[in-house]
Amino acid sequence: MLGKLTWAAIPFDQPIPLAASGLMIVVMLVVLVWVVAKGYVPYLWREWITSVDHKRIGVMYTLMAMVMLLRGFVDALMMRTQQAVAFQSQGYLPPDHYNQIFSAHGTIMIFFVAMPFVIGLMNVVVPLQLGVRDVAFPTLNSVSFWLAASGMLLINVSLVVGEFSQAGWLAYPPLSELQYSPGVGVDYYIWALQISGAGTLMTGINLVTTILKMRAPGMSYLRMPMFCWTSLASNLLIVAAFPILTATLAMLALDRYLGFHFFTNEAGGNMMMYVNLIWIWGHPEVYILILPVFGVFSEVISTFSSKPLFGYRSMVLATMSICVLSFLVWLHHFFTMGAGANVNAVFGIATMIIAVPTGVKVFNWLFTMYGGRVRFTSPVLWTIGFMVTFVIGGMTGVLMAVPPADFLVHNSLFLVAHFHNVIIGGVLFGAFAGYTYWFPKAFGFTLDERLGKLAFWLWIIGFYLAFMPLYVVGLLGMTRRMQHYDVPQWRPWLLLAAVGALFILAGIVAQAAQLWVSIRDRGRLRDVFGDPWDGRSLEWATTSPPPAFNFAVLPNVEDEEPYWGIKQRALAEQRLIQEPDYEAIEMPRNSPTGVVTAFFTTIMGFALIWHIWWMVLLGLVGAFATFVVFAWRDVDEYEIPAEEVARLDRERRRLREEALATLRQPA
Amino acid sequence: MTEWKRRRTAGLRWIVLASVALTCSGCIGVLHPKGPVGNAEKLILINSVAIMLTIVIPTIVVILFVAWWFRASNTRAKYQPTFVYSGQVELIVWAIPLLVILLLGGIAWIGSHDLDPPKPLVADVKPLEVQVVSLDWKWLFLYPEQGIATVNQLVIPAATPVHFELTSSSVMNAFFVPQLGGMIYTMHGMRTNLNLLANAPGEFHGLSSNYSGNGFSGMHFTVRAVPAADFASWLQTAQQSTEVLDDAAYVALSHPSENVVPAIYKLGSPQLFHSIVTQVLPPGPGPVTGPMHLAPAAGAEPPKAEMPGMPKADAPRMTAPATASPGQEG
Repeated sequence: MLGKLTWAAIPFDQPIPLAASGLMIVVMLVVLVWVVAKGYVPYLWREWITSVDHKRIGVMYTLMAMVMLLRGFVDALMMRTQQAVAFQSQGYLPPDHYNQIFSAHGTIMIFFVAMPFVIGLMNVVVPLQLGVRDVAFPTLNSVSFWLAASGMLLINVSLVVGEFSQAGWLAYPPLSELQYSPGVGVDYYIWALQISGAGTLMTGINLVTTILKMRAPGMSYLRMPMFCWTSLASNLLIVAAFPILTATLAMLALDRYLGFHFFTNEAGGNMMMYVNLIWIWGHPEVYILILPVFGVFSEVISTFSSKPLFGYRSMVLATMSICVLSFLVWLHHFFTMGAGANVNAVFGIATMIIAVPTGVKVFNWLFTMYGGRVRFTSPVLWTIGFMVTFVIGGMTGVLMAVPPADFLVHNSLFLVAHFHNVIIGGVLFGAFAGYTYWFPKAFGFTLDERLGKLAFWLWIIGFYLAFMPLYVVGLLGMTRRMQHYDVPQWRPWLLLAAVGALFILAGIVAQAAQLWVSIRDRGRLRDVFGDPWDGRSLEWATTSPPPAFNFAVLPNVEDEEPYWGIKQRALAEQRLIQEPDYEAIEMPRNSPTGVVTAFFTTIMGFALIWHIWWMVLLGLVGAFATFVVFAWRDVDEYEIPAEEVARLDRERRRLREEALATLRQPA
Repeated sequence: MTEWKRRRTAGLRWIVLASVALTCSGCIGVLHPKGPVGNAEKLILINSVAIMLTIVIPTIVVILFVAWWFRASNTRAKYQPTFVYSGQVELIVWAIPLLVILLLGGIAWIGSHDLDPPKPLVADVKPLEVQVVSLDWKWLFLYPEQGIATVNQLVIPAATPVHFELTSSSVMNAFFVPQLGGMIYTMHGMRTNLNLLANAPGEFHGLSSNYSGNGFSGMHFTVRAVPAADFASWLQTAQQSTEVLDDAAYVALSHPSENVVPAIYKLGSPQLFHSIVTQVLPPGPGPVTGPMHLAPAAGAEPPKAEMPGMPKADAPRMTAPATASPGQEG
């Protein structure tokens, strides 16, 4: 009846996971009770859970990323403290727990922190920057989000019921095969990623369609803001790469569930095929994450230098080169497999070639600041912190693209330091820059700058303290994923790294405090005019937060920096453009399709993990039925009457007129 | 004065100790190679970093300077809002990384071919053949020509090239002796090759550098490079081992066990490696699977040191001769 599920699945005998899961359940219950008691349920259901508004969905993605950042960071703290104490001893985490922690840390940080963070930013910003009212497929967008949430839920259920994978974040076979990982951990991994991966693919399709087909009148490709270009590149990569992940994990699932032999030791299975396939997805994946934040940095650096982006066309070229090249380098993740000198050299050199467009980007950001008036707000601090940190990470990356050098540091903590160097120093700093930069657009008030800057300094000090020692200890021959070790020379560096993790913890606390203080002081931090940073692209042309329809009338784009042009003309003429004729606007109706589908896929995933076959069928049929019901809908749009549009837009115009009066024309 | 002098000497002693500790933390690892392969790889590593630093350091300095100089409050900095394109700047920003990559690409191409792991080392001496099998979770070293086998210890003659053939009994691992040179994966049903050489006698830390499950962290071994004469006498002693590693003993050994103490066997057949790599012998069975879905509890722990053929922790065993060579500082 319940497949492999018994009471033994709850870790009653293991205090740490039990306490962790207990705490998680209590927190969730408290939040739930508070929401119900306050009577927020109808509001949440109407305005958020069933919302198909790209801005709301983007905010929920970002929130999910930040919550999961906490979970992933707790894992990180446990790993750092374990390695700090586990010198010639077992530390406090036994191997089977420690192994789950580093597997979960990697999986969560990539799939449920970095991905939702960048997807959240793209969701909020891309339609606004393109000057349109929503993404191409709003309900599909909601389904994508809820599938990601479904995957996230499964990965967290593994904390309470059963176990998580102990096979690392990429689950290399044969270790991840049934013979060597007989538990349900790898199954949690597979189904969490399959479900959320399906959502990611739909997001990719959605945003590619949006960018290619739905731009404001006059916005040719070479007038799109840089963030839209990098989002386009990233989503093209999603569309091309995620099916590979799905297929690879499906093959692993077939091995585990139906006795296939794709990657097994016996019957002609070949683990090298898995390693190749997973990295054919995995390498583009890192560019899926980094490209959008390259866009964020471009926007931030240009806005706060009060200058257009330097070498815009060159940047577009660089972005699209990276997009293509990222598919040609996957083998550099396993030079030590013994593929031979020619293969290794070709992939090594291909990898280095990516450094060219990346280097160009760094120089172009530099020249954007050159001759500018750089305002040192916290997004700029994140950006400069990124530029300095990222060139170091890029350097160690290119170093490891030299095969003989990689033979010495592959799989070592040097490698761990490298990819944290680019993922924290690149993706995460970029996500934080974007979060701070666009927060007022999403919520109508800015984030507290003092705490924001404090968070930046704590993070960057913490980052260097935590990861520079790992470079050293990697050169001392320490490999990754060690639950304990006996080499005394490694220890001081690991202690130092643990101190760094504490600084990062302080940085996260500062960020939480920043959010709290900003919400509390939102009156003081109010973004009245909708353009708090003297922005240059169209998202700043509308109010903060924007109305559901974003723009009363789609803006007419006449140059590379559409809003900057509108603003300059208004300043020159000391008046706004003439009031347009307002028309009624059709907007997509809210739909519970996403959340209901995700409810059934969660059931299906859980049932697959525990081999509860009737429940698998129930989930599958339920999810399909939800889709059929949605497809049968009669009314999918509602109308916002022209008077309402006019009322909202006249209010915006009134505020803009006020702003115009106070603004001086720049020299 | 004497008090002061005493304190000063004490202070000096601390400084010396601290610097020894600091430099000694460099006595291990890939930056202190003890053989030609490690030397060459380290040279490439250092050169590549040096080449890149010539660009990276100025770039960082310029980033910080430009950001600081063009701060909004600096009235002396010239505001040039129309400086958004310059063909010359574009040429330079594309050319700089391109030139670096041309140089590094050359290094990568030549280095990949020179230091390809299967490429034999140039030496007057005939290489020693060692076959390596990663087991759950220990290392098995077979000396087919000498008819012996060892677990978790590798004894090699110094100044003699060693040719390794490597495979795995179950999951992937990687064979890595940081001070001798680069690592290589071990995979079941596959055979990889590696050539290493230790210049002088010494002891080196070896480990698995690819995560392989619960016992992974204990999966390390000592490499003892000994003078040729000592190696011969060690072989003689080893060949008298009473425990024989035949097919049955290998299958027993392939069961999971952790933190296994070093041991020596007589090799049953020189074909053992061949039988493993061609899958004549079954792959390692992996963890004991019971009805429990969780990691086995204490009772269900896979058999440890009690298995046949497995040395007992307290049993007397043969070890390699101590290599008290003056060149070995730690």
